[in-house]
Amino acid sequence: MKRLTRWFSKNLIRIYAGLAFIYLFIPVLYTFIYSFNDSGKTNLIWKGFTFEKWSNPCGAPDICSALGNSFLIGFTSTFVSTVLGTLIAFALGRYKFRGRSTTNLLIFLPMATPEIVLGASLLTMFINFGFNTSLLTAIIAHVMFCISFVVVTVKARIASLDPRLEQAAMDLYANEWQTFRRVTFPLVLPGVAAAALLAFSLSFDDFIITNFTAGTVNTFPKFVYVAAGRGIPAQANVIGSAMFIIAVTVVILGQVLGNKRKSKVS
Amino acid sequence: MAVISRPSGKVFALKDNKSLFPYLLLAPGLLWLFMFFILPIANLAQMSTKTNSGETGQFEQTYRFANFIDSFMDASGQFARSFLYATLATLIALAIAYPLAYAIAFKSGKWKNVLLVLVIAPFFVSFLLRTIAWKQILGEEGPVTAILRTLHIISPQTTLTSSAFAVVTGLAYNFLPFMTLPIYASLERIDPRTLEASGDLYANGFTTFRKVTLPLSMPGVVAGTLLTFIPAAGDYINANILGNPNTKMLGNVIEARFFKIVDYPTAAALSFTLMAAILILVTFYIRKAGTEELV
Repeated sequence: MKRLTRWFSKNLIRIYAGLAFIYLFIPVLYTFIYSFNDSGKTNLIWKGFTFEKWSNPCGAPDICSALGNSFLIGFTSTFVSTVLGTLIAFALGRYKFRGRSTTNLLIFLPMATPEIVLGASLLTMFINFGFNTSLLTAIIAHVMFCISFVVVTVKARIASLDPRLEQAAMDLYANEWQTFRRVTFPLVLPGVAAAALLAFSLSFDDFIITNFTAGTVNTFPKFVYVAAGRGIPAQANVIGSAMFIIAVTVVILGQVLGNKRKSKVS
Repeated sequence: MAVISRPSGKVFALKDNKSLFPYLLLAPGLLWLFMFFILPIANLAQMSTKTNSGETGQFEQTYRFANFIDSFMDASGQFARSFLYATLATLIALAIAYPLAYAIAFKSGKWKNVLLVLVIAPFFVSFLLRTIAWKQILGEEGPVTAILRTLHIISPQTTLTSSAFAVVTGLAYNFLPFMTLPIYASLERIDPRTLEASGDLYANGFTTFRKVTLPLSMPGVVAGTLLTFIPAAGDYINANILGNPNTKMLGNVIEARFFKIVDYPTAAALSFTLMAAILILVTFYIRKAGTEELV
């Protein structure tokens, strides 16, 4: 008994973390289980097991066109925001210049503004300028709120680099551009990849800003939100679960490949 | 490693470049932020003092600053509720996230990266689907109600969904990764030798935590609480899906004013007040917490 208490107190923090993970994953598990529900229009009560929704994920009306729009908005805004944000991160991480603190403030403010304010202000501007909200305005909005997160992620990576590696390259007669291309950029690249992944997941999952800026264009979160009123088809659960499985696989594969490269280098 | 100092941004001397190069790097991104963040906020400010000119959707500029006071008075309940729910959700998330981040940073060994992936993994299942899942979990047929009823913690009449409890649970859940990751990042940066040094100076585990680990992790705690509190205060999805008419938050009012009532000036005034309130709180909080470097 004494041993048990000692084990318990020694591993208390691990047990706590385990419980936290259970809390994190219960809703994911629910979403996954109910993707096999043999449900009709609503998917709130368990009716029986079926693979039917997985074999026909586009079975619910409009769901796949909404998903397509989400991918289109997600990929475009990830690409643009990753490029723009990485450039800013390099300027902030590598150069002294006037207006640094103003730049930092301008990067911080969009993150400190609730999404509903960002969405409402963009829509007000589009209305004032007589601009019709569409796929384009949604992409513009998504790039805007992703930039700050990209800057912060890439900047952290640049700050964690060992400056001696670049000094070593310079000592070996590499010029500034060669040092950047052969040493700095490859070292920063994992940070850029992480930033792109973050931007995509923020964009893909965004509802509030999209609701204000996409007009009548449907996206996957908009589809789920509208459907929530009258009952969500189980196909939405299939798509949510599939996205989860794909994303986790991609991330873990990236980790494994990264580790392999690291062990080769050392 | 022969050199003691760990690589960090402070060791590296920034290039003192007098050329325009850094500005060229900044220009496209900052221009984007100016056009689609600053300019819209200016438009919002301009809209907030307009009045309806009779027809739906038509407004004229009358510089009616009373819009701010009127809208605030009308929605003061929802305002207070937004800040109360967001504070509660932030505290719950902090209580869950800090030990979790601590365990990942110091107790997970080679599993560290896998556990980190698991923290962000729920993000990939749509936020809305997970919120709807909470409705099922806390619902009449769900396990939580059944367990709490069997244990006589809640009476058979009490329901967990459509309540303030459900809304706060949903908020705390949805922003948990935003709390965990910055805390983890600041814990991970702590040099283990500072902890050893504390032990060498006869501090016990708890004292080391209180005097060394906790202060060093404060930047992460500040960043995490901000990244949780701000979106939670502006959220209306959780209140919509998990709440009832008495748990409406400010976001619900703004959304309804915009889309259902087409009263843009009131919606703009409320958005502006929300933003100002949050900025004042954030500035005050950062001063108090005393961290310069954000996120």
